[in-house]
Amino acid sequence: MAEKPKLAMYWSSSCGGCEISVLNIHEKILAVDEVFDIAFFPCIADFKKKDVEAYPDEHITLCLWNGAIRNEENEEMAHLLRQKSQFMVAFGSCAYEGCIPALANLTSKEAIYNTVYRNNPTLDNPEGIIPLTSVQVAEGELTIPAFYHTVKSLDQVVDVDYYLPGCPPEPEQIWAVLQIIVSALLEGTPLPPKGSIVGVSDVAVCEECDLKKSEKVISRFYRPYEIIPEAGVCLLEQGIVCMGPATRGGCGALCPTVGMGCRGCYGPMPGVEDQGAKMLSAIASVIGAGHESMEESQLEEEIQAVVDTIADPAGTFYRFSMANSLLKRAKVNGSN
Amino acid sequence: MSEKFEPVIVGFLCNWCSYRAADLAGTARIKYAPNMRPIRVMCSGRVDPQFVLKALREGADGVMIAGCHPGECHYVNGNIKAMRRFYLLKKMLTQLGVEEERVQLVWASASEGILLAEKVDQMTESLRALGPLNWDEEVVQCCNEYEFAETLPVLEET
Repeated sequence: MAEKPKLAMYWSSSCGGCEISVLNIHEKILAVDEVFDIAFFPCIADFKKKDVEAYPDEHITLCLWNGAIRNEENEEMAHLLRQKSQFMVAFGSCAYEGCIPALANLTSKEAIYNTVYRNNPTLDNPEGIIPLTSVQVAEGELTIPAFYHTVKSLDQVVDVDYYLPGCPPEPEQIWAVLQIIVSALLEGTPLPPKGSIVGVSDVAVCEECDLKKSEKVISRFYRPYEIIPEAGVCLLEQGIVCMGPATRGGCGALCPTVGMGCRGCYGPMPGVEDQGAKMLSAIASVIGAGHESMEESQLEEEIQAVVDTIADPAGTFYRFSMANSLLKRAKVNGSN
Repeated sequence: MSEKFEPVIVGFLCNWCSYRAADLAGTARIKYAPNMRPIRVMCSGRVDPQFVLKALREGADGVMIAGCHPGECHYVNGNIKAMRRFYLLKKMLTQLGVEEERVQLVWASASEGILLAEKVDQMTESLRALGPLNWDEEVVQCCNEYEFAETLPVLEET
């Protein structure tokens, strides 16, 4: 029997949920094991970096990479695995567009260090020690990878073949994608074109959502803890910021169906460059304040009052897509 | 800096009022700052927030959105929609560290060539005072090499 194709999965700046979602395909994981040999998968099997380094180039058939690029180690491993893999898949929202780790792009490296190592109320660090990339100790030099100022998505550091969005990707979508690749390998069926976003639908989450929708006119927005949503009715119509209109479907509208507004994890719609800007546009168009018959000052006041009820537009609209947004990060001066 | 900094303003002007105001400013030979690059759109309501972000990302120092006065929109309420977007965008841009002066909403009717010229002059001067935005180099590419000093003073408890 011919040698089995090799599978790798690596994590960088992420939560580990993507690994769990792969295991969450349940008994089908046995089929994965039947088809693939695991070549590198720190979450479930004991491989070391030197094992990967020893592989010939393109030895790994399929590398599922989850996590954003937050530090030097992430970037180094991304280059290494790219070199050793035939197909590199940005797996999950962090690798695809930055996700939660990239929300750190709204602040600075310095502010993060201050919060984590110096000003945290539960911290006991009287000498104000912070990690340095290199320290001299009696035994020699100790080094750790440098922490970047800006979080990047995987394709900002290496070439990516396919993208599989989601936080985490849904098990049936993962399975569908694995099947496409397996049948391409075993039966020679054509692969999707390079750069494709796979395991998604081409319609917005709203299209997949069964909640009852009518005209949206919102005079105040609520944060999730401020309101108990009425069952069966569109959340956006109730003033809950739901990213459905600006988010690609494929998840089956899981969140809105259980009363939580869509977070936006499947990323922008096809043809859209900036999910946050599109969401901003969608939200602004349902603001039910201001009428053409009003005086300008009154208009301003009314609209501003509604805008004020949206607590954190950047963090909300770019919750998953900051690293891939048009501006990519905030401009910060010093430690703010 | 040896050369005087000339800000680049991308102006989205509505076809029915503000673009005509700019036209009038031209035919009336009003002298005003040549820093705005006008782009004609059918309505200020057509201005997608993506246009604004893209302009800032790709080198503009500021963006001006100009349309008909409220109540005078050719499409009844396109400018009201522009206004809603603008206020929310302004709030978001503040979080992203973009100074308030860099994105402005202006109303100028077809007869207000002088007003539009004045607004462009004012915006040019305020951007000149702020300095270049240079988003890609100064913000996106910057600071990864930045390292902390080895000894940092311990902050006072707050």
